[in-house]
Amino acid sequence: MTANGWLQILLFFLVLLVVTKPLGVYMARVFSNGKTFLDPLLRPIERLVYRCSGVDEKHEMSWKEYTISMLLFSAVSMLVLYGIERLQGLKWMPWNPQHFANVAPGLAFNTAASFTTNTNWQNYGGESTMSYLTQMAGLAYHNFASAGVGIALAIAVIRGIARKESKTLGNFWVDFTRSMLWVLTPACLIIALIFVSQGMVQNLRPYDTAKFLNPQTVQTTGSDGKTTAQTVTDQVIAQGPIASQEAIKILGTNGGGFLNANSAHPFENPTPLTDFMQIVMMLSLGSGLTYTLGRMTGSQKHGWAVWAAMAILCLAGVTAAYGTEARGNPLLHGVDQHTSSMQSGGNMEGKEVRFGIADTALFATTTTDASCGAVNGMHDSFTPLGGMIPMVNIMIGEVIFGGVGAGMYGIIVFIVISVFIAGLMVGRTPEYLGKKIESYDVKMAMVTVLIFCLLVLGFTGVAIVSKFGTSSISNAGPHGLSQILYAYTSMAGNNGSAFGGLNGNTPWYNVSGAFDMLFGRFFMVIPVLAMAGNLARKKIVPESAGTFPVTTPLFTFLLVSVILIVSALTFFPALSLGPILEHLLMHAGKVF
Amino acid sequence: MSTRETRKSLWTWGIVGGALRDSFIKLNPRTLMKNPVMFVVEIGSVVTTYDLIRNRMLHLSGFGFELQITLWLWFTVLFANFAEAMAEGRGKAQADTLRKARSETIARRIKADGSIEEITGSKLRAGERVKVTAGEFIPGDGEVVEGVASVDESAITGESAPVIRESGGDRSAVTGGTRVLSDEIIVKITSNPGETFLDRMIKLVEGAERQKTPNEIALNILLAGLTIIFLLAVVTLQPMAIYSGSPQSVFVLISLLVCLIPTTIGGLLSAIGIAGMDRVVQRNVLAMSGRAVEAAGDVDTLLLDKTGTITLGNRRATEFIPAPGVKEAELADAAQLSSLSDETPEGRSIVVLAKEKYGLRGRELSAYQAEFIPFSAVTRMSGVDLDGREIRKGAFDAIVQHCSTNGNRVPAQVEEAVKTISNSGGTPLLVSEDRHILGTIHLKDIIKGGMRERFDQLRAMGIKTVMITGDNPLTAAAIAREAGLDDFLAQAKPEDKLALIRAEQAKGKLVAMTGDGTNDAPALAQADVGLAMNAGTQAAKEAGNMVDLDSNPTKLIEVVEIGKQLLITRGALTTFSVANDVAKYFAIIPAMFAGAFPQLNILNIMGLKTPQSAILSAVIFNALIIIALVPLALRGVRYRPLGASALLRLNLLVYGVGGIIAPFIGIKAIDLIITHIGWA
Repeated sequence: MTANGWLQILLFFLVLLVVTKPLGVYMARVFSNGKTFLDPLLRPIERLVYRCSGVDEKHEMSWKEYTISMLLFSAVSMLVLYGIERLQGLKWMPWNPQHFANVAPGLAFNTAASFTTNTNWQNYGGESTMSYLTQMAGLAYHNFASAGVGIALAIAVIRGIARKESKTLGNFWVDFTRSMLWVLTPACLIIALIFVSQGMVQNLRPYDTAKFLNPQTVQTTGSDGKTTAQTVTDQVIAQGPIASQEAIKILGTNGGGFLNANSAHPFENPTPLTDFMQIVMMLSLGSGLTYTLGRMTGSQKHGWAVWAAMAILCLAGVTAAYGTEARGNPLLHGVDQHTSSMQSGGNMEGKEVRFGIADTALFATTTTDASCGAVNGMHDSFTPLGGMIPMVNIMIGEVIFGGVGAGMYGIIVFIVISVFIAGLMVGRTPEYLGKKIESYDVKMAMVTVLIFCLLVLGFTGVAIVSKFGTSSISNAGPHGLSQILYAYTSMAGNNGSAFGGLNGNTPWYNVSGAFDMLFGRFFMVIPVLAMAGNLARKKIVPESAGTFPVTTPLFTFLLVSVILIVSALTFFPALSLGPILEHLLMHAGKVF
Repeated sequence: MSTRETRKSLWTWGIVGGALRDSFIKLNPRTLMKNPVMFVVEIGSVVTTYDLIRNRMLHLSGFGFELQITLWLWFTVLFANFAEAMAEGRGKAQADTLRKARSETIARRIKADGSIEEITGSKLRAGERVKVTAGEFIPGDGEVVEGVASVDESAITGESAPVIRESGGDRSAVTGGTRVLSDEIIVKITSNPGETFLDRMIKLVEGAERQKTPNEIALNILLAGLTIIFLLAVVTLQPMAIYSGSPQSVFVLISLLVCLIPTTIGGLLSAIGIAGMDRVVQRNVLAMSGRAVEAAGDVDTLLLDKTGTITLGNRRATEFIPAPGVKEAELADAAQLSSLSDETPEGRSIVVLAKEKYGLRGRELSAYQAEFIPFSAVTRMSGVDLDGREIRKGAFDAIVQHCSTNGNRVPAQVEEAVKTISNSGGTPLLVSEDRHILGTIHLKDIIKGGMRERFDQLRAMGIKTVMITGDNPLTAAAIAREAGLDDFLAQAKPEDKLALIRAEQAKGKLVAMTGDGTNDAPALAQADVGLAMNAGTQAAKEAGNMVDLDSNPTKLIEVVEIGKQLLITRGALTTFSVANDVAKYFAIIPAMFAGAFPQLNILNIMGLKTPQSAILSAVIFNALIIIALVPLALRGVRYRPLGASALLRLNLLVYGVGGIIAPFIGIKAIDLIITHIGWA
């Protein structure tokens, strides 16, 4: 670990802290009919949208209506994406300079589910599968839509806490439209331009071909197991509308790369500035929403207490990942792995030399904290414990800032559980910001936690002992278990980052993965919205000295403990046979 | 306090024996199904038993370890059953003492034509009237409609001093099973057979009619959720173990499952609830439901009657302050005359003062053709008419109004004296003769000892105290200040009380109050926790959701503490139970896989001897901890009147951090013992 590395990490936390309040205030205004500087420009457009779509913006929805609207919207969007993928190869379809064929049904289904759920798990390489039309109208559209849905859901849940004796949570169509017009579109417009200024590609051209000055000879192993030598004389350089998709990929915590190498590719992440921006942007909306929570519920201190819990977990993740990666590989005896001005030191396998260990550890942590899934290094090539950190971040439930909106409603589930236990221990019926937490709320919170465990452990359990499951893994032993466990964790958590090494484009993984992602998003949202609807109906009990305050460091400590203990107790056995065992075996000299 | 002494001896072999028997009866899956955590343990025990027998029949290897695991799993279920049975047993023993009071009585029922017939007490129905004379037992709950009698209620309250019960007014309710000591009364029965006070109390302490309280239901859901999560974690561990080349036996997997699911709190949860009700009954409070006790723990505002709760019932006259132009002796004479027939403590204290200070002796009013005018809520005055003299005493504005009908103004000095007395927390009584104000009597309230500390504690707990008094605002403010209350409601009429409760509830607060009179009934019904005095009227008792058999209004504070203690005990044991899992993982996971991967032994931080001893130790610890915590569950965790944050910090430290550390020590100790004696 170096001072430079820590400086980068410190700078990241500082910038995140600085953007939290402005973003939070802005979003609170957008969703509470406050005034913003964009109103003169956007109000006419918004009204036009409602007039064309027949939405009554004054109409308030119950939690059920809100949920059904959201589900309908997502279902239709998913169908459209599936259609585009299946038809992209037709002659009359525009923007397909590379003449990619129609996407196969299994992969198209998996990808449609993946982008609808804000997961962006990719069983394909972007530059070799998807036409520009699919990338823009299909995938980038979903990057916007799924993030907008996430924000709308978070706002609805916050309203459930803030409102009293109300049957409604707002209007889904209005919340969604406003998140598009006021938050995501203007921000992405500016960010895409900055990205272009840094050298990110933005065009609709066919791919370039470059001739090597020195042709390379490579050994390839065919399917029959024979090794043949091949001489490569030229390289195809992918092109496309990358910058515009990159902005929303990061800001909307989608993470689905335009190119297969994702943010490790120079076209998707050209400079240190774009890299730093990406890291901050992944967490910025999630961070801002904690302030929005405080503002809309009238307890700003609570917002910061939640922020602090997230920041502590984030810092712990970065520290652990950076620490283990900087320590290097114990099996490389006699190799100098020290950091010096001449070499980065530590475990550099799977990392971009441009970014180094600290930055990659930070990126890996934030991308899994945020359910983003963009990567600038390969988690599979981290040391066993270093690779466990991203996995644990997702297992925690994607609540360390989390996906746009999803992190907010996810952490509220944990807050409800924490407050319930704390409330009992202080001898009062538990209350959360004046709302009594009763059996229905506990039931919905537990259902949410349960569904995640069921998806991750259930699918892993089936895949790990089946031919169709284990045939996709590329390393034996505990590392193979980590690959499968990471995949289902990433998909159920709607993260989408890949550990790497697992061949996901098989019928089993395409279909099981699609359901893992769909259930991981929608089956978890429904109980959360039901809880929000129930909370909205309640009276507000005034706070007294007998109420456990949700604004103190003690609350932050309790919340962090509950999050860690619940996930540690659930996933410790699986982890102990995966990364922990691999780590111990590595020190005994056995690798996979 | 005879009953409280018998309660101390409730930990007898009789109860323990009964509980042991019940532990086995409760193994019935239909009973156990209500407790999801223990039900899972029972299923696990059945599965291991089946496997054990099958292994034996097929002559497969391994029996000693498997047998021990199976036995300890059954013990886990039995220990949990024992905890519940123990709590119920203590209740049943209490019920038995109560039942003795319900022995068959002969009732003398008054028929419609006025004649009397003798029937057995249990046949009486609501609305019927019975005659009870000295020495007889009152056959059922009811209201005195005629006469006055002294009644021995020790069977119910444990208090041996007899109490007066009379028709009309607020002391008319009588309880079945109590004995009339003197005089004769006619009682209108108010409850049907099987629904009497005593019946309800017996059902309550036996736990027969126990319904889960809202928080208990919510906690049960949390525990069920955790159980399913751990079930998933264990079930899916097997395929991962198979993949890793070290499949586990059913015994080991079920051991891990049982150790992880929250058996400690799951096993003790219902015992905590039953014992909580038991503690309420031990304080001679009869709660209509567990919900009411739980609500008491949530109370934000306590309405406390000044008299009897904050101050000693009797105010004492300490001074006569004459109006200008009136002699002090003249005032004392009038004051004494007006109070001779006034049986209230205040009235008597005036007579006493007149005698001590002015040597005025008690006179027999009947000799003067006097007519006593009793106090009424409308006039708010009392007095006497004799020899054409119209003497009145009463509250300031009542007397002022009375005198103003004659056009008499209040002398400035009198107003001054009234203000001084009020400011000092005393109560001024004005005395008038023929609608001329003679002067003021200074009545002083005596505040009960220790009340200020009590209220300070309540404030720390976040509970607002409001004093209810008929006094004027000045007096009320002074007493409230002296006693350390947060607020007061002066010159309170029953409808003011009701309005105050509604106002607090509209703010989302939970309100508790005590009351005894019929006019308290609406407020008692409106309050979230209404503690009625047993000495009060039947209407009050039915409107409230708790009855204090000792008729001690201060009891409300104790009920609040029991309600809180009940929740804290549940929360603390839940935290303890979950925190225990950390150590159990460190015992069982390395034991499961160290055979295939010796490197995992590094997780065996307790240094447990063998994989078998490690697993067995964890299972034994898991079972024994239930028994070890039975006393805590029955007694409740110690409650300290602290603010929420301080209380949480303390409990997190004791039950959270303690819950992580304790099993490391416990499992290690058990491992040392069982490897020493050769069990594993």
